[in-house]
Amino acid sequence: MLTRLANPARFMRASGAVLPWLAAATALVLAVGLVWALVFAPPDYQQGESVRIMFVHVPAAWMASAAYLFVAVASAVALVWRHPLAEIAAQAAAPVGAAFTFVCLVTGSLWGRPMWGAWWVWDARLTSVLVLFFLYLGYIALVNAFDDPARGGRAGAILALVGVINLPIIKFSVDWWNTLHQPASVFRLGGPTIALSLLLPLLLMALGFTLLFAALVLLRMRTALWERRLRALRLYGGVSLPHAAE
Amino acid sequence: MSGLWVLVRRDVVLAVRQGGEIGLVVGFFILAVVLFPFGVGPEPEMLRRIGSGIVWVAALLAAVSSLDRLFAADYADGGLDLLALSPLPLELAVLAKCAAHWLTTGLPLTVIAPFLALIVDADPAAIPVLVLGLLIGTPALSLIGAVAAALTLGARRPGVLAALLVLPLYLPPLIFGAGAAEAAATGGGVRAELLLLGAFSLIALVVAPVAAAAAVREALE
Repeated sequence: MLTRLANPARFMRASGAVLPWLAAATALVLAVGLVWALVFAPPDYQQGESVRIMFVHVPAAWMASAAYLFVAVASAVALVWRHPLAEIAAQAAAPVGAAFTFVCLVTGSLWGRPMWGAWWVWDARLTSVLVLFFLYLGYIALVNAFDDPARGGRAGAILALVGVINLPIIKFSVDWWNTLHQPASVFRLGGPTIALSLLLPLLLMALGFTLLFAALVLLRMRTALWERRLRALRLYGGVSLPHAAE
Repeated sequence: MSGLWVLVRRDVVLAVRQGGEIGLVVGFFILAVVLFPFGVGPEPEMLRRIGSGIVWVAALLAAVSSLDRLFAADYADGGLDLLALSPLPLELAVLAKCAAHWLTTGLPLTVIAPFLALIVDADPAAIPVLVLGLLIGTPALSLIGAVAAALTLGARRPGVLAALLVLPLYLPPLIFGAGAAEAAATGGGVRAELLLLGAFSLIALVVAPVAAAAAVREALE
């Protein structure tokens, strides 16, 4: 299927058909999830109502790492198989991943103030997620630093692959170091230790964030393909168009 | 192997002859260390606690500032094209350039570091560990820096961009190297940090030439 969708025109038709449904599903799942999480989920016996930040913070953190993995895999596909849309996919996903990382850091900071008494601590988990944020920013800066966009895309692909070493460090940082951050409660050997009444809205929010990621990436990919078409028209068509946003 | 050695020798001789390339890096290192007491106050007690960290951060910044001379000159005058076409594998050529870069950047920094540690009043027990940590860690700085330098060939503002790319990847050597020096100052064990530092350098030794060579190939297309 990936090779079928390598044709940009076919991809535009397919994504154009899928995107409205995807957006509707995202809105529905996020609406249900947010209401469930913020209103109906029970307060934690220890943290009280401020546990509800978890329903935004944890899915954002999962998406931050997953988005980087997406960028890295798309970069590998671009470098190895030269799939025409792989670079576009990676460049579309990077700002979305950076935004999720930012949300994770900010909500974590807001959660840490009442829980730990500090807006920020330099423990392994927070530091490695901050490094992830800088890796995203570096990737975006590198891709946009070249006059030739193809060169920028290839350079960014290599950088994305070099930075993937950070992902296992983020995941296992709470095991390898003495951290203030809570150890894994969901994705661990032996199953989740979180109560089901909190786990279900959490998973629903995670699903909503995943759908949001997919919708945003598809939208950005379509925009990027339109931009390429515009650039080609301006270079080869001799058509004078108003200056498109570069 | 003789090709490697010729390349290392060429880069080292170029760096030494181009008047003050080594001096620039060492000068930046000294200035960066000297800045800190002005910023945080000259109180000896506090400086002793953060002294080895100051030296490490300044070494990182000096290494970052020297990255642009890894590939830029050869890229501009076509030498990099010749290297890519030569029978020597590009990965080994990159390794040779990294070795030359370390000899003219990392090694001088490591040699000067103990004297700067005295300026910031670092604990005498920490200085040997500081130097050993720098000796083990600075090759990783040259290697990872080579990846960033290769990626930014032909970019706008390559110097700043390479610094932005490379500083997050420089965090592990900094954490373990400065952590080892801290542990030595407080009397703890340094073996774990130094071993992890060595592991990071070894990983960089394997991964960085491959990534940098791929980046150089993309730049030359």
